[in-house]
Amino acid sequence: MSLIETQGVGVSLGSRQILRDVNLSIRSREIVTVVGPNGSGKTTLLKILIGAQAPSEGTVLRQAGLKIGYVPQRLAIDQAMPLTVSRWLSLSGAYSEVKHLEIAEQVGITNLLGQQMTSLSGGEFQRALLAHALLVRPDLLVLDEPTQGLDQPAVASFYRLIEGVREDLDCAVLMVSHDLHVVMRSSDHVICLNGHVCCQGAPTLVSAAPEYQALFGVNTEGALALYRHEHDHRHDHAEDGV
Amino acid sequence: MLDDFLWRAAFAGVALALATGPLGCFVVWRRMAYFGDATAHAAILGVVLSLAFSISIFVGVLITALAMAFMILFLSGRMFAVDTLLGVAAHGALALGLVTVVFLPGVRVDLSAYLFGDILAISRVDLLVICVGSAFVLVTLRLRWERLLLLTLNEDLAAARGIDTRRENMILIGTLAVLVAVAIKIVGALLITAMLIIPAAAARPISRTPESMAGVAAVLAIVAVILGLSASFQWDTPTGPSIVVAASVLFVGATFVTILKSKPKH
Repeated sequence: MSLIETQGVGVSLGSRQILRDVNLSIRSREIVTVVGPNGSGKTTLLKILIGAQAPSEGTVLRQAGLKIGYVPQRLAIDQAMPLTVSRWLSLSGAYSEVKHLEIAEQVGITNLLGQQMTSLSGGEFQRALLAHALLVRPDLLVLDEPTQGLDQPAVASFYRLIEGVREDLDCAVLMVSHDLHVVMRSSDHVICLNGHVCCQGAPTLVSAAPEYQALFGVNTEGALALYRHEHDHRHDHAEDGV
Repeated sequence: MLDDFLWRAAFAGVALALATGPLGCFVVWRRMAYFGDATAHAAILGVVLSLAFSISIFVGVLITALAMAFMILFLSGRMFAVDTLLGVAAHGALALGLVTVVFLPGVRVDLSAYLFGDILAISRVDLLVICVGSAFVLVTLRLRWERLLLLTLNEDLAAARGIDTRRENMILIGTLAVLVAVAIKIVGALLITAMLIIPAAAARPISRTPESMAGVAAVLAIVAVILGLSASFQWDTPTGPSIVVAASVLFVGATFVTILKSKPKH
C-alpha cells in the first residue's frame, strides 16, 4: 500500500493554474525525486503532499498515522530568536539526549550541539535541518532542494548522507532536486513536473522520454552518459554542466 | 494588604509582567509589534463601546481587540501590505474611539486613563480579572509552547508535523487580545506593546534558548513594574509611562553590557 497518493490534484492561484491533474503515489522505502524547471510547481506539490496547503481540486490520501520528516528549502531563523542546535533538535519531539547524540553523530554535527543555529554555515545548517527531520522518525522524508547553495563536494556528501540514513531508518524519501546526475543515480522513481506530470517512472525510462529531453536538453544526457562510465570513481561532476 | 492601593498596583503589575514576558517573545520573534499596536489601539474603541452599552470594560475591549485581530488576519495579503493595513486599522480605530466618546450622552470620561493606564486606581475586581487573564495567557502558552515555536520557525514544518497552523495562529492572536484587555487599565492602550516588546528585546542578548528568553523577559518585566511603581511613588510621575521608562532603561543596560562583553572576542 502506498504511504501517500494524489488523485487528480490541481492548484490554482487566482486565475493562474499552477498544477493540474497530478496523479502520483509513493510507496514505503521508495526514493522518489521530482525534477522540473523553475516555476513548474515543484514546491507547491511538496506543500500539498505534506499538508501545508490544500489542493484546489483532487484528493490527497495519506496512510493513517503517516509521520513526515520535512526539510524545507529555506528556514530563515530570525536573529531575535535564540536557538541552540540542541534545542532545535528537541523541537522534533524527541527529547532524549542519547537519541540527539546518535543522530548528530550520523549527520556529523556532534560538535555543534551547543551552538546557535544562526551561527552555522550553509552545509552545517542543512545537516541540522536533516537531523531534526530524522528525529521525527519519519515514514517519509521530504526534502525541498536540500543542497541549494552548497558547493559541489558538500552536495555529494549530503546525498551520500541521505542514502545512508535512508538505509538505517528504512523510510521513503521524496525530494525536489536540481542535481540531475545524482537523481538519476539514486532514485527509484522520477517525476518530471512542469505544471503537470510530463512523465514519470524509473530513471532510465524518464531520461529517455522525449518530454524530459525537451525540458532538460541534450546536456543532461551527456552528463548521464559520463556518469554511467564513472560510477566507480569519486569524482565531482560540476564541470559537466548539469 | 490588598486594601492598600499601592499593593494592589504592585500585584496587578507583577501578574501582567509574568504574561507579557513570554507572550512578548512571540511578538518579537514573529514581528507582530505593529499588530499588537493595532489591537491595543482598537481597545480604545472597545472602552467607548463598553461605556455606551454599559458592559464591562474588560468584555468590551476583549471583543473589539479580537474583532480587530481577526479582521487583520483575514484581510492581510490581499491588495495591501500588512503594515499599511495595520496602520489604517490601528489609527482608524483609535480615532473612531476618540470621536465617538463625544456622542455618549451624559458621560464625561477621562480617556487618558485608558490611553496611558491608571494602575493606582485598580480595584479588587480589576485585580482578579488581571490575574485570571494573565494566568490564562501563561497556561495557553505553556500548553502550546512547542507547537507555537515550530509554527514561528516555519509554518510548513509545523504543517508537516500535523499541526493545524491556522488554528494555532488564531489561538496566539486570541491570547494577545486577552492580554490587551487585561493590560489596558495598567499601562494603557498606547503602551501595551511596549510592555510586550521591551522586556523580550532586553532578554534577547542574554538568552541562549527560547525558554530562557521567555523567563528572563518575565523577570525583567517584573523588575520594570517594581522600579516604575517606586519611581512613580517617589517623584509623583505617571505610573504607566514610568514602568515603560524603567523597562527601556533595562533594555539599554542589557544591550550595552552585551556589547561590552562581546568586544574582546573580536
